[in-house]
Amino acid sequence: MLPELGHFALILALLLAALQAFFGIAGPMFRRERWVAAVTPAVAGQAVMVATAMGCLIASFVGDDFSVAYVAENSNSALPLIYRVAALWGAHEGSLLLWIMLLAVWTVAVAVYANRLPRLFAARVLGVLGVISFGFLLFTLATSNPFLRLDPPALDGRDLNPILQDPGLAGHPPVLYTGYVGFAVAFAFACGAMLEGRMDQNWARWTRPWVTAAWAFLGCGIAMGSFWAYYELGWGGFWFWDPVECASFMPWLVGTALIHSIAVTDKRGLFKSWTLLLSVLAFSLSLLGTFLVRSGVLVSVHSFAADPSRGVFILSFLIVMIGGALSLYAWRAPLLKSPAGFDLGARESFLLFNNVLLVIAAATVLAGTLAPLISGALKLGTVSVGPQFFNPTFMLSMLPLLALLSVGIHAGWKRGRLGTQLRTLLYTFIAAAVFGCGLVYGIYSHGHLLTPVGATLGIWIILSSLVDPVDRLRRGLSLPRAVVGMTIAHIGLATAVIALTTVQSFTNEKDLSLAPGTSAAVGGYQFRFDGVRPIEGPNYDGVGGTVVVTRNGAPIAVLKPQKRQYWVQHQVTTETAIHYSRGNNILVALGDDLGANRWSVRIQIRPLVSFIWLAAVIMALGGAIAISDRRYRLTKVAVEIPRAAGTAPEHA
Amino acid sequence: MINRFLIPVVVFALLTVVLAIGIVHSPDKGIIPSPLIGKPAPPFSLPSLTDATRTVSSGALRGRWYLLNVWGSWCGTCREEHGMLLQVRQSGLVPLIGLDWKDDDAQALGYLQQGGNPYQEIAADRTGRVAIDWGVYAAPESFLVNPEGIVVYKCMGELTPEIWQKEILPRLAKAQASTS
Repeated sequence: MLPELGHFALILALLLAALQAFFGIAGPMFRRERWVAAVTPAVAGQAVMVATAMGCLIASFVGDDFSVAYVAENSNSALPLIYRVAALWGAHEGSLLLWIMLLAVWTVAVAVYANRLPRLFAARVLGVLGVISFGFLLFTLATSNPFLRLDPPALDGRDLNPILQDPGLAGHPPVLYTGYVGFAVAFAFACGAMLEGRMDQNWARWTRPWVTAAWAFLGCGIAMGSFWAYYELGWGGFWFWDPVECASFMPWLVGTALIHSIAVTDKRGLFKSWTLLLSVLAFSLSLLGTFLVRSGVLVSVHSFAADPSRGVFILSFLIVMIGGALSLYAWRAPLLKSPAGFDLGARESFLLFNNVLLVIAAATVLAGTLAPLISGALKLGTVSVGPQFFNPTFMLSMLPLLALLSVGIHAGWKRGRLGTQLRTLLYTFIAAAVFGCGLVYGIYSHGHLLTPVGATLGIWIILSSLVDPVDRLRRGLSLPRAVVGMTIAHIGLATAVIALTTVQSFTNEKDLSLAPGTSAAVGGYQFRFDGVRPIEGPNYDGVGGTVVVTRNGAPIAVLKPQKRQYWVQHQVTTETAIHYSRGNNILVALGDDLGANRWSVRIQIRPLVSFIWLAAVIMALGGAIAISDRRYRLTKVAVEIPRAAGTAPEHA
Repeated sequence: MINRFLIPVVVFALLTVVLAIGIVHSPDKGIIPSPLIGKPAPPFSLPSLTDATRTVSSGALRGRWYLLNVWGSWCGTCREEHGMLLQVRQSGLVPLIGLDWKDDDAQALGYLQQGGNPYQEIAADRTGRVAIDWGVYAAPESFLVNPEGIVVYKCMGELTPEIWQKEILPRLAKAQASTS
């Protein structure tokens, strides 16, 4: 009964989404007051229906209802409770439902916030969000219904894919999707403005917190996925330029560009059409990612079951949404006028460089991701595009970006005179170079060409980001949260740069063949292998190894990596054991039984690797603080007071 | 002058062409190759589903082609595949051996009574151990085994008329041509 209820709720949600889209877009167009008034109830109704459907599917999972095909395929009676809930988004159908649920949550948040916006504009925004909901609900109901029944029911389920039986599954997809879906709000705001044919600084101020929130969630989601891959897949890597990783990274890059461009629109009323375009692009890339993952056109570790009919549906949806928004852009953007120019050395120029470089980075990632597709289509044979392509091309746009950041944050709006700041910049740069080279050659005593460059740039960003806040505090000026947030986010970026530099330069990795009782030395640590023992879990069995780690005779850790064989799907997973010591991540993974009691053991020592994930959290924290700034909490009345031209406040 | 605001939509149009071509050329569903191809089929000896006194074993199947089909009464796709299996049986070209995977005997028999029995023999793999040896990922799966007991082809998922025509028949025909 519950699955039917859930199915019915989804159908009602589809109808309500259609009403939301129609009333939201047609209401303002034909000036029908009652249509506009119907939008918010439709939003609320749709959210309730989607939540009902979600609840029904969760109940089917928790109650082991194997008459539901999706439950039978992704759960098992021996599966621990938390994974039975998380299994909901363990495969295509359920994760789409999660997508829709999160979109409903964002939409409700916009509807609540809408009382600060002009009525008609708010209706248009909610209408565009309704179109997106409608598309995804239709997609789910037409090609990917999670509520289909089996007759007769299965006796037991096929179990959740063992790689997914990990706390990472509970957190990574919801956080990542919150980010993905969050860009729908910026997209809707942009479409709303274009439908209205008007876009001003107020628009930028309304939209900014939503962009920052989506960007922060997406960053955290990507980092969680990277962390999960690091310890669960057993390879010890944290980024593989896998098509799906790229798919999530592109909206993040464009979202970062958008955060900066919308700041210019907010402060100076410039870059208007560019900001609109980036708002459309960030969500378009999220949709493109959805297409790449679910249509089966690219092979990846993340691939869902491929189904051409799904691919055709999403592609049609892409054409309607993205094609529609970009056509609207081509029609309306020429009407927008920028009020004033700026000097070459002004902050605007630096933010323009920032945007260009980030968009180039996103474009190279897109090119690399689609290259296999294009060469396949042109019958050029299969190409595999890996780190050899991505690492250098990505760095080509990132290095100038990092170097310009330190200078750019000291440039003033409108006029390009660094003046007194020039000396500060020089001092911070010298300090960073001394510190960076000291770190590289003092502590690690070696490194390749880019190592001191990366370390110096990272430290320079930290030092130069701190100049302005420290200066304000010394002079007894107030420190707006927007500035604090920006500073923290830039420090987060610098943390990532430094961590990536050290990890890439100083990782020690060895694959060893060890018999019980024998030892090996890697990177100043001694590893003694004490053999393996059989283990048994709730739905798996396997072997667990013991590796004793010492440094100069002093005990550091006892690591217990495992190799598990899950009963139902007969899949082997590698559970790595990780210890954090003196800034190093010591990772031990158990490989294969080599016979004669010997085992292959992979040992990796990665300095500062945890700081890569920490960096994402720091950046997100910066975003959260920036959102909480007072300027975004102004009431509607205050927002609608026209601002005098050229009175931009001094902070970003 | 070309309107620069049109550039994004033009680029997107080109991108959709690439994506559309991508869908047409999308890799087949059978992208997960089996390590068993070209290797001896894992031996098994299991009780027969239809006659509890008999066993079905890989040894007894030696010396002729057979198509091992992994199924279960609980499996939805197997139901869709059933009509095709009945046609295979009717064609008489290769015997179908069923591996009833983690199933309830009564339900499995009921399923066959309802839909017809395409199999020559059915091994009841109640614990799923044999399926593990064969590396079964998800039912249905079909393995084509030659008279030497070597797995020559594996079909992941539903056995469609297309796969039957393009993958299985040619392999059988080639073998026949070389023996005659």
